[in-house]
Amino acid sequence: MKILVAVKRVVDHNIQVRIKPDGSDVDIAGVKMSINPFDENAVEEALRLKERGIATEIVAVSFGTAANQDVLRHALAMGADRALLVETESELQPLGVAKLLKAVVERVQPDIVLLGKQAIDDDAGQTGQMLAALLGVGQGTFISSLDIEGDEAIVTREIDGGTEQVAVKLPAVLTADLRLNDPRFVKLPNLMMAKKKPIETLSAAELGADIAPRLKQVKVSEPPARKPGIRVNDVQELIAKLHEEGMLS
Amino acid sequence: MSVLILAEHDGIALNPAVNHAVTAAQHWGMPVHLLIAGNDTNVIAQAAAEISGVARVIRVDAAHLEHALAEDLANIVVALGRDYQVILGVHGAYARNVLPRAAALLDVAMVSDAVEILPGNTYVRPVYAGSVYSTVQNDEAIQIVTVRSSRFKAAGLGGSAEIVTFDAPPAFGKSRWIGRTHQHSDRPALGSARIVVSGGRSLGSAEKFDAVLTPLADKLDAALGATRAAVDAGYAPNDIQVGQTGVVVAPDLYIAVGVSGAVQHTYGMKDSKIVVAINQDPDAPIFQVADYGLVADLFDAVPKLTAAIH
Ligand SMILES: Cc1cc2nc3c(=O)[nH]c(=O)nc-3n(C[C@H](O)[C@H](O)[C@H](O)COP(=O)(O)OP(=O)(O)OC[C@H]3O[C@@H](n4cnc5c(N)ncnc54)[C@H](O)[C@@H]3O)c2cc1C
Ligand SMILES: Nc1ncnc2c1ncn2[C@@H]1O[C@H](COP(=O)(O)O)[C@@H](O)[C@H]1O
Repeated sequence: MKILVAVKRVVDHNIQVRIKPDGSDVDIAGVKMSINPFDENAVEEALRLKERGIATEIVAVSFGTAANQDVLRHALAMGADRALLVETESELQPLGVAKLLKAVVERVQPDIVLLGKQAIDDDAGQTGQMLAALLGVGQGTFISSLDIEGDEAIVTREIDGGTEQVAVKLPAVLTADLRLNDPRFVKLPNLMMAKKKPIETLSAAELGADIAPRLKQVKVSEPPARKPGIRVNDVQELIAKLHEEGMLS
Repeated sequence: MSVLILAEHDGIALNPAVNHAVTAAQHWGMPVHLLIAGNDTNVIAQAAAEISGVARVIRVDAAHLEHALAEDLANIVVALGRDYQVILGVHGAYARNVLPRAAALLDVAMVSDAVEILPGNTYVRPVYAGSVYSTVQNDEAIQIVTVRSSRFKAAGLGGSAEIVTFDAPPAFGKSRWIGRTHQHSDRPALGSARIVVSGGRSLGSAEKFDAVLTPLADKLDAALGATRAAVDAGYAPNDIQVGQTGVVVAPDLYIAVGVSGAVQHTYGMKDSKIVVAINQDPDAPIFQVADYGLVADLFDAVPKLTAAIH
């Protein structure tokens, strides 16, 4: 069984991004970049399927500029067998990524495509569902557990008000929630070794997908600030304030 | 042209957040239709028809729709969708599962988690865990959008929409519902509670999470919330995680107990009317979004607070 994992390069989750002075976009020049946290869960889950003797090959793919090599190296260092970089300088949006992924799926022919449930930069949470649609296959989104039984993936999905179990016929598209697993720590020797593994590179144009951005960002801005609060000295004062606000009636 | 809302329900009742989506839909000044797909939606459809501002309720009933599988719901949205200018959903697990799939089948982009709808098919939405707002313009012929329900008022009752039925496309058949673990609770639902009491990792165990926070929540008739750290540690169930990757809430009162206030958490509660933070670290970031901050040991302060509320 072959697994394709999509890994996105995003601003590290510990970084507070800044807005460019002209408000046209965020300023991420020189900022620390990392693998999208959910995609790390996706890679980890693929590795576990391999360790359980279910998966045989794990291919990591990333779409973007040559800089994306670092997240692919991270996936290789975790244990992915090979990596594919689809290069483009153009801005990518979920529908475009889904179309590129579809073309990659047609080449790689995986039984499972694992993605993150959302990218922590655009916070869209769309690509996996879009890919499943384009491939005409079933989807298991926001998953917190995965088993393979026969020709089905048995997943637990995190939904509002609880969890749900669904069986999805393979091939399938699955998107990882953070509680799917605890990604392994990448050891330095593995990272050194991953540096030597080749990364296959193709241009997005070769895949012939329509990746033109559909949404136009008009501007970015600070979210509305909350008005400054006050410190209360003790529980009595807190209760008095809550009474004043009419919260305890 | 009209607006179609993918109306979430649990087989028994409509999600109250749908009323907020109805208000969001009024932005376009076009008739608003609600799509209700399920196995036996008669009662739900009757109730939906009473929401003020809804012109039509479209019932789609079939045995295979009982568990709201994304593949089947998306196919219904696609079958109906080409006649609509706008397709809306509430930004929750239900619509997030279905609408991106429908969007790809219709070959249009989608806007997730809109907190504001502006003229000219322009939307404001949070990015980077809500630390930045992005304003995007969408020129697609069909606008597909999930909205953050707390940013729009709930539509009231008093409507009398027509109810029509639509034949479901055949079952997609590639996924099968197995079961569901419902975290049963007599408390108000987290998404619509007037008060939320939320706890962090500092509660120390599931027993203490319960022993310290439940009496306060009981007294206030509040829903319980938690940080990801508390959920990961097993102190609280996953579905009460508040934040970027959990639930977004905007109650009248949010009481954060032993919560550090990471951006991924505040993403999910910053819109609350009044925020109270109880934390022993005077420099905890949660105080930056709190209206009332109490620097104290939670194990001392919370029982006192509970005792003082009548
Ligand atoms: C991709 C991603 C997504 C995430 N999504 C979410 C999300 O949706 N929701 C979420 O909550 N987090 C999320 N996180 C995690 C987030 O970054 C924080 O790690 C988390 O919110 C911290 O939880 P906490 O406040 O319980 O724990 P900590 O950060 O450990 O804070 C504990 C706090 O308790 C205080 N404290 C300790 N003892 C006491 C005491 N006795 N009395 C009073 N105060 C005390 C401390 O001063 C401290 O401020 C996400 C992280 C990533 C990377
Ligand atoms: N440029 C990209 N390269 C690789 N994977 C991506 C890319 N963009 C999105 N993805 C995948 O799609 C998931 C969801 O992204 P999004 O829909 O943008 O929130 C991510 O977690 C990745 O697994």
